[in-house]
Formats: sequence, C-alpha cells, structure tokens
Amino acid sequence: MDDLLQEFLAETTESLSVLDVELVRFERDSSDATILSNIFRLMHTIKGTCGFLGLPRLGSVAHAGENILGKFRDGELAVTPLAVTLILRAIDRIRELLAELETAGAEPAGSDAELIDEINGLAAPSGGPAHVEIAEAEPASTLPNIGDGGFPVAAELLAEIAQSLEPVPAAAPAPELPAPAAPREPASRETAKEGEAREAASATSSIRVNVDTIENLMTLISELVLTRNQLLQMQRAQKENDFKVPLQRLSHITSDLQDGVTRMRMQPIGNAWNKLPRIVRDLAVETGKKIELKMLGAETELDRQVLEMIKDPLTHMVRNSADHGIEDGLKRLAAGKPETGTIALDAYHESGHIFIRIADDGRGLDVERIRQKAITNGLATEAAAAAMSDQQVLQFIFRAGFSTAEKVTSVSGRGVGMDVVRTNIERIGGTIELSSVAGRGTTFLIKIPLTLAIVSALIVEVSGQRFAIPQLNVTELVSVAERAEARLETINSTPVLRLRDRLLPLISLRAALHLQPQGTSHDNFVIVAQVGGSTFGIVVDRVFDTEEIVVKPVAPVLRGTPYYVGNTILGDGSVIMILDPNGLSAAAGQMEGLDQAAAQERSALAAHADLASFLLFRASGKELKAIPLELVSRIESLAAASIEHVGGRQVVQYREHLMPLVPFDPAHVWKDQGHQDVLVFSDNGRSMGLAVDEVVDIVRERMAVELSSARPGLLGSAIIAGKAVDVVDAAYFLTQAFSDWFEVTALHAAAKRALLVDDSPFFRNLVAPLLTSANWQVTTASDGAEALKLREAGQNFDVIISDIEMPNLDGLALACAIRNDERWRTVPMIALSSHTEEADINAGREAGFDDYLAKSDQTRLPENLARAMRATASNQRRAS
Amino acid sequence: MTMHTNPAELAESEAKSFVTFKVADQLFGVPVTEVQDILAPDAIAPVPGGPADVCGLINLRGRIVTVIDMRTRLSLPPQDHAGKGMCVTVESRGDAYTLLVDAVGDVITLSSDLREGNPATLDAVWREVADAVYRTDQGLLVSLHIDRLLAIGPKS
Repeated sequence: MDDLLQEFLAETTESLSVLDVELVRFERDSSDATILSNIFRLMHTIKGTCGFLGLPRLGSVAHAGENILGKFRDGELAVTPLAVTLILRAIDRIRELLAELETAGAEPAGSDAELIDEINGLAAPSGGPAHVEIAEAEPASTLPNIGDGGFPVAAELLAEIAQSLEPVPAAAPAPELPAPAAPREPASRETAKEGEAREAASATSSIRVNVDTIENLMTLISELVLTRNQLLQMQRAQKENDFKVPLQRLSHITSDLQDGVTRMRMQPIGNAWNKLPRIVRDLAVETGKKIELKMLGAETELDRQVLEMIKDPLTHMVRNSADHGIEDGLKRLAAGKPETGTIALDAYHESGHIFIRIADDGRGLDVERIRQKAITNGLATEAAAAAMSDQQVLQFIFRAGFSTAEKVTSVSGRGVGMDVVRTNIERIGGTIELSSVAGRGTTFLIKIPLTLAIVSALIVEVSGQRFAIPQLNVTELVSVAERAEARLETINSTPVLRLRDRLLPLISLRAALHLQPQGTSHDNFVIVAQVGGSTFGIVVDRVFDTEEIVVKPVAPVLRGTPYYVGNTILGDGSVIMILDPNGLSAAAGQMEGLDQAAAQERSALAAHADLASFLLFRASGKELKAIPLELVSRIESLAAASIEHVGGRQVVQYREHLMPLVPFDPAHVWKDQGHQDVLVFSDNGRSMGLAVDEVVDIVRERMAVELSSARPGLLGSAIIAGKAVDVVDAAYFLTQAFSDWFEVTALHAAAKRALLVDDSPFFRNLVAPLLTSANWQVTTASDGAEALKLREAGQNFDVIISDIEMPNLDGLALACAIRNDERWRTVPMIALSSHTEEADINAGREAGFDDYLAKSDQTRLPENLARAMRATASNQRRAS
Repeated sequence: MTMHTNPAELAESEAKSFVTFKVADQLFGVPVTEVQDILAPDAIAPVPGGPADVCGLINLRGRIVTVIDMRTRLSLPPQDHAGKGMCVTVESRGDAYTLLVDAVGDVITLSSDLREGNPATLDAVWREVADAVYRTDQGLLVSLHIDRLLAIGPKS
C-alpha cells in the first residue's frame, strides 16, 4: 500500500505541475485542442487513480474539474478566466489534500462540497450530482479496464494489489463519465483508454529514487571502475586468453553505467520553472495587468541540488517582477510601451557557468527611493548614500531587511527578500548581478558555477600531467608541431601565434603552472580559448580525447588557486584538475589589458592611420627595419633545406603552392641548414616571402615616417620605440615577386590632410605609409559609406583618394555624393583603380574625380601619386 | 586496519582514543572518532599552483580527497625517500582530507591526566595546529586540531 500510495503522490504532484502550465497556456489560446486534450487526460488520470486507491475526496474534486474540462472540449462552455480560475482552485485543493495524504497516510476528513458545487454550478445543467456519483463509479472503470487490456504484467500486479487492498471496491464496470448515457458512447471510451495508456506509460517511463540511493550507487560505480581498471591492467600483462573479450565488454558496460548514473542527477531547469506560469497568471489576474512570461532554455541541465537551491530565489524574483516591475496596462500605454508586459527567463551554459537571466520590461527600480530607504534604514549615512553611484545604490536591495514595496500585496511581502535570494545563490557559489533602467525594466543575471553539472571537457597534457579544459571555452585546436602548418613564434621571447588574420597571445600552461619540461614532445598544440570578449591560446604538449565530466568543486584549501574551476574523476579513476581559462588568463597577467590594446589597435587602424603596429626585424645590417604589421600575414621560420633554388630564384612549398622568396638584401646568402626567417605577405590568394635575418619585436607606434629614402625598398626612416628604424616599402618587394601584384589595389591624395578610402586593408596599409612619407596626415575609411560618416562627423580633408570598387558605397557613388553636397564639394578627389579602360576613366571624371590613377602601375604609383597630389593641391590653391 | 575503542575506558576520567602517526620522528595523534580511513596512497594527482601544503588529490572510492603533506604543513624538511608514507583520512567541514605522514602507529587511549597544554615556546605553526600534548610511554604525543590544521589559506 505504502509504495503504491507513494508512487501515486509523486506522479500526481508531477501531473499537477504540468496541469498548471498547460492551463495557463490554454487560457491564452483556448482554440488549441491538443492542449485541452492533454489537460483533460491529466485530470482524468488523477481522477481515475484516486478512485482506484479509494480516495473519495480527491476523486470528487478531480472529477468536478474534469467535468468542466469536458465541457470546454465539447464547446459547451466558454473558456473564461473565471472557469480557468475554478479549475486552478480545484488543482490547488487536490494539492492540499495530497499534502495531508502524504503526512497522514489517509485523506483528511472534510468536505469539498462548496468548491464542487461552485464548479458544477458553472458546468450546469449536467454537472449537478457529479461528486456523489464519482466516488463509487470511478474505481471500477480503471481497474477492470487495465485488467482486460494489453498490459499483462500490470494486470497481474494490479490483481495482487487489489487483493491486498481491501478498501478498494472491485466493482463491476460502471460509467466512466457522470452522464448516465455515457458508457457506450465512443468518445468517453476513448478517453478512458487514453487515460490508461498514460498511466501505464508514466509507470514504466519514470520511477522515483531516493537521492541517497543514487549517491551510493555513484560511489559503488567508482569502485567498480577501479576494479575494472585493475583487471584490465592484469589482462594486459597476460598473453591472449579467454578473458579478453568479456573483460572488454565489462569495461564498456562499466563506462556506460557510470555515465548513466551521473546523468541521473541532472534535471532540466524547466523543472524549477513549472510553477512560474501559474504564479504569473494568478498575479496578472489579481492585479489586472497583462503579463507574458517567456521561458528560454528550459532544457538546460542542472544538478538537482543546485536546482533545489535556486527554485525559490527564481520564484521570488519572477514574482517581484510581475508585482512591482511591470506597470498596469494604462501606465504602460501612457509610457509608449505595449500593454502586455514581458518577463523573460533565459537559461544557458556559457564559459563553464550556468547563467539565468530574469528580465522584465517594467518601470525599473527607483534609485532615489532605494537611496532614501537605505538612509532611513540606517544602511548608509546621507552623505555616503549621496556619493554613491546609481549602480552602488541598487545593491542595497540585496541587503538584509530591505524592501521597497510600499504596498504589501498578497503576492509580495512573504518574508523573502532579495537578501535571501542572494544568500541562497551565493551558497552554491553563484553570483547575482542587477541592472535597471528607469522606465525600461530590470534585469537580474544569476551566474552559477557548473559545480555539479556535466560538461564536455578536452583532456590535455603538459609536462606529463593531465588537465581538463571545458569545451565551452574552446573555440579551436591548432597543431603547432614540428611539421604542422602553424608554428609558434617568439617575439622578444613572448610566444605568439599567427592565426589567420590575427596575432594570438599565448599562455604556456607549463609556464603558468610552473611545471618543468618532461620528455621531448613539447608545445605541440594551441587550444584557442574564448573567455568573455577575449581570445587567447593555451599551449599544451598533448591533446587526448574529450570526455563528459562531472565538475566537482575543489576543496576549500584550493579555492584560492585561480587556475581551476573544479576537479573530477575520469573514467579511468584518476583525479584530474579542470582548468579555468579565465583564471589562467588573469593569472598570466594583463591579458585584459592586452586585449583592450588589441581592440583599440583594430579600431584605430580602421578609422585613423595615426597609430599602427610595426614588426621590427633585422636584415642587411644591424639597423632595425620596420614594416606595418598589418601587411604581414605570417611569420615563418622555414627549414633551410626546404628552400628550393629555381633559375636563380628561391621558392618554397607553402600550403600546397610554390611561394616565391625574395631576400631583403640582394646579397643575401641562403643557408644550407638551420632555419630562415621569412615574412609572408598574402593578398588575393597569393603569397610571397621576404627573407630576413631575424624577427625582433612588434611595437605599436604613431606612424611618422621622417624622410624619404633614395634607397629602393625603403620608404624612409621613422622613430619607433625610441629608435631610428628604416621603414620598409613592402610594395617594392612584392613587385619583385609578382610584377602584377598591385593590379587589384589602390592609391592616394595630396595636401595636408588626406582621406584614403579603400576596402582592402592591405592597400590601405600600403598607401598610408607612402602618403605619410610625403608628409600627409592620413585618415582611412574602408568604403564610401564610412567616408561619408567622416563628413557627417565634421571632418575636413585636403584631398580624397578613393578606390572605385568597394562594398556599400562605391567610389563613383561616393564622388557623386561628395560633389552634390556643400561641405566637401571642392575637395580634390583622386581615383585609384585597377580598372583603367578609357570608359572607366571617363566615368570617374564624370562622377567628380579630378584625377584617375591606375593601381596596376605599381612601380610608378608613388611617383604618380605624388604628382597627382601636387597637381590637385596646386589647383586647389588656385581655385581658392 | 581495524581500530578498537573501549567504551569503558572512555568513560573513566575522560580518556580519549587517538590514532597515532609519526612525521619526522615526532609522534602525533588524531582523535580516533575523526579518522575515517587509513590508506597507503596510490596515484596522487598533483595540483600545480596550489598551496604548498597540498601535495595533491586522490580518488578515495569515488570521492576526491585532498592530500595534505604533513611535513610541509609543519615546516619540516621533506622526506628523503619520496613515494612512501601513509595517509590518515579525516573530515573537516564536510570535506575529506587525508594527511600524508611517514608512518601510522596504533590506536591508543590516553587519560586526560596525561594531557598538557602546548609549551609556550612551541613553534608558531605547531602551536596553531596542536591541540594539546600528551605524555605517553612512547614519548610526547602532539594531538592535532583538525580544523585548524586544515585552515590552509591560498598561498603562491
């Protein structure tokens, strides 16, 4: 009896949660027959089971509810909030009865006549005597039906149970539904079958297990794993024998078993959300507001203990949002917002944490009132409160004994404050953040570490030790082994990796953890990790597999160690630390700063040419040479032996192509052995390598080329990092490798301030130094639209040099736009294009370009550009 | 290893039973009621970057247990013959720790008559972790205060 009752209680409680949710959905869309039949079935199942177990009070309440649902379904009764409220009340009553049943083991005495009459009053005329009838009729319908049906095992069991249950009246088949005419009616029979099927399904598809049982099981399985490992070890020492195959099987089964039990502990967060639609709905009805509750990511899995801990805080916050956050319809409309307020719940996994966002689009928190309240409650002095930022003031709501609600409604004011919410969340190692914009809404962001959640992790090794890195943080895996395409470079002994178009900062796991090198195989892989907005590489020796792991929190004595998010036991029984890329990067120092610098650098390069990164190298003598880093796509150290000499030129097989190599120094002596440092330039799928003696450093500097150089291959000199360096003219070397390299590129302008518009970063970086060396102050834009933005921003230029082919707004359109507006109408414009047909040039002139230069004529480009610039500048002077 | 406590003995004159062990020839004791397990450590997984007192982690029947190197904890010189030693597992605030010691002795019951306070001149670290000193026929036994012993802060 006990077991059966226990199961009934658990199952019914679950059904009731589903019912709550479904009913709220149904109320919103009463035309959805699927939802209705689902609701009906759930209620019917509850009713049926109650009857079977001899629980007349429960049965009659459920029956009354079912009665109304039946009317809904048959279209006899309109779906009104009142009717839905009545059903919800019936559900609540069932819940109360269940609670007492659970504690007392029997239904409490009492009557539900009042509620049932009210319900039946609504369902009238046919619903009158329902509660009397059902108490007798119900048991009969369920038991025999199952006995007759296709569930032999269930039938046997039921028969056994029936024997042991004296109070169950094993009555003859009786009407399923209250209407006397019902028994032979097809519809009702069908319903009865559906109900049965569901009962049978839920009985076989889920069972309830005590958590301790699972915990014990988990421990036992770990033992099993260890034993298996011992066996495997012994087996390995043996020759082929009969045990091999069964042992392997045992091994697999053990792994699966471990996996399965681990998963048993996980539950979707939706389980904690079940109650919310109902709460929000009731609140909306009570306060006369319109509120929509959106729930995303309900399937996100959490450890059940964590789930229990956040259930109440979540409920409280949603309730708060609905009660205090969302304004009533009129106020919302007056504020220009949709009448229906929205509360959005969003759960997701990110960077090793579970995030839950609760956002409403209500009135936002009243900072001034919180400030006042904090002063009144003695949480802060007036002066201190006045000096606080709004964000700091908002934090007061998390302090004990703080509540801003001036009206205590039936909804809020239940003695749970945000302080309790925060305490609960912090107890499981989580954090809660708050942001609020007056009139726009309030957002809470809860961050819970994956303490017990299952994550997929990459197992890596460094210096003979294994570590796990959560897959969530890993965006890419790059092999940098001896023969691989990508190779680690060191610039001033700082390791970097050129990954496609960016330079990736690296953290050596070995160095970060102060481990000693072991063996010969080092630094073979770079794990590209992303934490928040920053991307960096973690250098490791080996990469194994990915494994699903359960993250266990580290012992308190290790919590001060920043590198780990937790630890776990792997399938083979070994303990392994789980790395925290965030902590690693922070510990590696200034990563954040680095990242910011990189971001600044990128934006600076995009809009202004005054700051740029230079690669410093040595070639042909001791003087430092500099080249804009943006031009260099990779830095390679090629084995001297791989360089082939063909017809007096040097080539190397690079990425399945032959790449020409050009020495910086014409007198360069090619080595037979060792390595040759090469700067690789790529554009439009072609690459060439510039052979240099040594790569020295990367610096970020204002681009100020001091004077022009007569020497081919040099643009001039500049002061970079406090030293005079020669600025290399990449174009010179590029044309040595490919005479037509610049067919696809563009050039520049004349006067004090020049605007360079070109969609190719390569060309921008090539032309900008040329202009700078001719004493121009250069600003760049990547297309016509961006150029016009500069005009809107009130910038002025003495000349505009523009490419023709560009996305968004091309050169011709740009010229038209400029010529048709007062502001830049008189600024000389030079077109730079690889289209040099007569027609192209005419079109350019028509659009408003003053001069038209061909990109293809690379050797004369600087010269032509300078001439055109001088000409336009002097024309302009004459004009003014 | 089995441990016997004699309730009769405990009752009289507030005697206490200790599991004894040696670290660098010093006899230590941990109340037998706090000891969960005694084992020979196998495969200690190190925690690079962790506090120096933590020598690693072991898997004790599916539970991750932090191994505390008692020599380091007590500012004693490292053991010359690495790899040997025994582990005494205790629990502190819900987490399991195991103390890596040179050798485990016995379970002995000591009457409170034999109990002495810490000598005032004791090294600061020792004074912190020692609960009391007992006179035994095997020499002085330092009884350890588990929670204080395991109050290991983050250290570089």
